[in-house]
Amino acid sequence: MAAPKRGIWSQIIRSQVWKSIFRHAVPKDTRGRALAVLNNVFLHLHPVRIRKSGIALGYTWCMGGLTFFLFLVETFTGLLLMFYYRPTLEYAYMDIVELGEQIPLGIMRELHRWGAHAMVISVWLHMLRVFLTGSYKPPREFNWVVGVILLVLTLLLSFTGYLLPWDQLAIWAITVGSNMARATPFLGHEGPGASLLKLGDVALVHAGDDARFALLAGRFVGAGALLRFYVLHCVAIPVVAAILMAVHFWRVRKDGGISGPM
Amino acid sequence: MTEGPKPGLEPPVKPAPAKKEEKVSRRSFVTWLAIAWGAFTAAMGVAATATMRFMFPNVLFEPPATFKAGFPEDYAVGKVDERWKEKQSTWIVRTPEIIYALSTTCTHLGCTPNWLEAEGKFKCPCHGSGFYPTGINFEGPAPRPLERWRITLSDDGQLIVDKSKKFQQEKGEWNDSESFVRV
Repeated sequence: MAAPKRGIWSQIIRSQVWKSIFRHAVPKDTRGRALAVLNNVFLHLHPVRIRKSGIALGYTWCMGGLTFFLFLVETFTGLLLMFYYRPTLEYAYMDIVELGEQIPLGIMRELHRWGAHAMVISVWLHMLRVFLTGSYKPPREFNWVVGVILLVLTLLLSFTGYLLPWDQLAIWAITVGSNMARATPFLGHEGPGASLLKLGDVALVHAGDDARFALLAGRFVGAGALLRFYVLHCVAIPVVAAILMAVHFWRVRKDGGISGPM
Repeated sequence: MTEGPKPGLEPPVKPAPAKKEEKVSRRSFVTWLAIAWGAFTAAMGVAATATMRFMFPNVLFEPPATFKAGFPEDYAVGKVDERWKEKQSTWIVRTPEIIYALSTTCTHLGCTPNWLEAEGKFKCPCHGSGFYPTGINFEGPAPRPLERWRITLSDDGQLIVDKSKKFQQEKGEWNDSESFVRV
């Protein structure tokens, strides 16, 4: 402990309340600083120490960090939009229009959209950087796989969010995009092998029960698709993405930190 | 930190109480383990199946796949009729010999083409696919002709279009007797 001071500040940090919140004294040495990171719920995912090269912008482009930042921006602005947007045929389109026209700082809607575009771009640039620097090599191969899954989830978040404004562009884009699900092997009614799944004369896989139907809750884009995409966009995909992000960051540390040789 | 008791200070050893033979034998433990895991796996399987089934409702609030399209006389010879385009995604085309029902879904990526009367062709606004009134593709990225629906005459002489059955030209199905109605 430092020499006892009489200042108000030292009284505060020696109070029962302060000590109940912060379990360690202000760190004074390397070990203390490391423990401060390790023992903090917000910092514990971070490595205790990083290489200088790990924060060299010319090397990492900070694209992974930017992507995560944009994910947080999307989470925050998206949550705000949920206070006004109602995912039904009756309201969806006008709710988005009103965000632009009536609601103070409705620019949150634009921020959400721009952030989504920026996130897709930064994910791609992050992948390019990791590839160019050879950061996918052993022992980091599995984290590349996790990253690819995160890329797919990012694109799915974009795709599901695209339908929610419920304008012509959205409806036709999802109509066209979801047509790909028809061609799923065995699970799509126009895909390879689907015609083999028959009970006598009855087709087990048809337009009313295949993969595309599961996605759209109908045979074409309608009320069911809007609600289903809303739930996927706001809950299901973000939760899975957040879990995988935690794994991704943790593996970065366990596999030898950001960049640099092993 | 655990340390053994210092010598000479051991607590007096209590004789173990005479238990009944309740010990699970190694063999039956493995059996029970298998049963437990089997039950758990089965429960998980049922839960997954139930979740899957939950995503497929029993009732759909969508128009039925079959609709009555009026009498053949309602359609002008040599014209592409657009009255069912919005509601049923169908063009009814009447030629001097036959009537057939064309799907309004572009075979490229699923947009809806427009019928351009002056140019005598269907033209898709998305990527420019063009189709003759027969449905045959002749320009743009569409890889195959428009599909035709099953069309028959009902007892009262009206046309019945059944969109649950489609006929594709590239499979030679346009010769099928149900893919057109003779007039």
